[in-house]
Amino acid sequence: MIGIINYGSGNVQAIATIYKNLNIEYEILTRWEDLHKADKLILPGVGAFDATMQQMIDSGIKKELNNLVINKKVPILGVCVGLQVMGFGSDEGKLPGLGWIPGKVKKFNENKIEYKPKLPHMGWNTIKNVQNHPLFEGIDFDFGFYFVHSFYFDCDNKSNVLALSNYGGEFTSAIYSNNIFGTQFHPEKSHGNGILLFKNFANL
Amino acid sequence: MLRSRIIPCLLIHNKGLVKTVKFKDHKYVGDPINAVKIFNEKEVDELIVLDIDATKENRGPNMKMIRNLANECRMPLCYGGGINTVEQAVQIINLGVEKVALSYSALQDLEICQKIGDIIGNQSVVVVIDVKKKKLFGGYDIYTHNGTKKSTWDLYDFVSKLEEIGIGEIVINSIDNDGVMKGYDISLIETIRGKCSMPITVLGGAGNIDDIKKIIKKFKIIGVAAGSLFVFKGKYKAVLINYPNREERKPIY
Repeated sequence: MIGIINYGSGNVQAIATIYKNLNIEYEILTRWEDLHKADKLILPGVGAFDATMQQMIDSGIKKELNNLVINKKVPILGVCVGLQVMGFGSDEGKLPGLGWIPGKVKKFNENKIEYKPKLPHMGWNTIKNVQNHPLFEGIDFDFGFYFVHSFYFDCDNKSNVLALSNYGGEFTSAIYSNNIFGTQFHPEKSHGNGILLFKNFANL
Repeated sequence: MLRSRIIPCLLIHNKGLVKTVKFKDHKYVGDPINAVKIFNEKEVDELIVLDIDATKENRGPNMKMIRNLANECRMPLCYGGGINTVEQAVQIINLGVEKVALSYSALQDLEICQKIGDIIGNQSVVVVIDVKKKKLFGGYDIYTHNGTKKSTWDLYDFVSKLEEIGIGEIVINSIDNDGVMKGYDISLIETIRGKCSMPITVLGGAGNIDDIKKIIKKFKIIGVAAGSLFVFKGKYKAVLINYPNREERKPIY
């Protein structure tokens, strides 16, 4: 069963609808006590970094996630801010992140973005697949995915970079480390490509 | 590379979809959910849905309708109409909508943009500006309540303030060109683009795909929205939801 974590941040329902249409078993999980029931977890996230971290702490989900993801190696996919919380912290906030994947979340440098508009980086962008991971099997990289963000995950180790995109220079648009995955883009709002990515994650 | 966005804009009136000409003469064009299903199949870049009754009737957003729309949408959705509190905006985001669009409430009290942005993130705050050409001396006036009430705000001052706050996007909508299908007001877009660096989406006037192409060629990365173009077909404006497919879009971007 795919557990979609509902802690008051992110587009839980859109992801649930996709799994429903794929006939893949899923559940929306709100209580930290229920997270262990899932074979795989999805961590959505929209909004500000600190607000997202605080909601995770207050709901008890942060503690249980560390147990499940780090100790029990349950596969997890973070989306947007759900990816950004996987590092040590963010320029956007003061709270520390989960620290699962070495790196820090930084703001795009507006001076490097040649034309207006500058920020946020918003719309459909292509991605470059750098690891040939099964998560991206069958994906149309030129069609790409939908993004909306002003901050990006700056990986300390290249080996954690799963995909790159370009906006005033290359930036990391997907990360991974063993059982941990994250996408800066929104697969739940990316039509066929997004549906395929969620399906691939379920099949890993 | 980042692409421009080609965006159908749907208007809700009396629970149905309508299309207007210069904000008047509502023509019924179908059921909103059905339209979303078709736009899903067409893989549209993004969708704007505006409830044009809410502010006029002095009521808040219809959350049940928004929930139904959001559950169906497989593309990013921007909803506008009747939002005038932080709570409403947050509730809409929690229903699975990516962006909330303000218009009258932002003109009344600019601070609401920042208050909403602090919670849902500024990138999800959109302001729709409906403008009409001034009758004398050039320039534009901002209107609300479906083009019936003139705002005291100066257009360029208002855009500068929004830039200062750092909202996610502005939608600039030409009332004069609405439903006319003779092309966008390019000088209006040029002026707005010159005044700010945030994302803009332009609306009002698209009559064919070439009108959209022209805007993208000139402004590079921009949101190009249209109503009539994506709900009517042919010279007699038969109702037919349409949108170029993946392959047909490649030469446009």
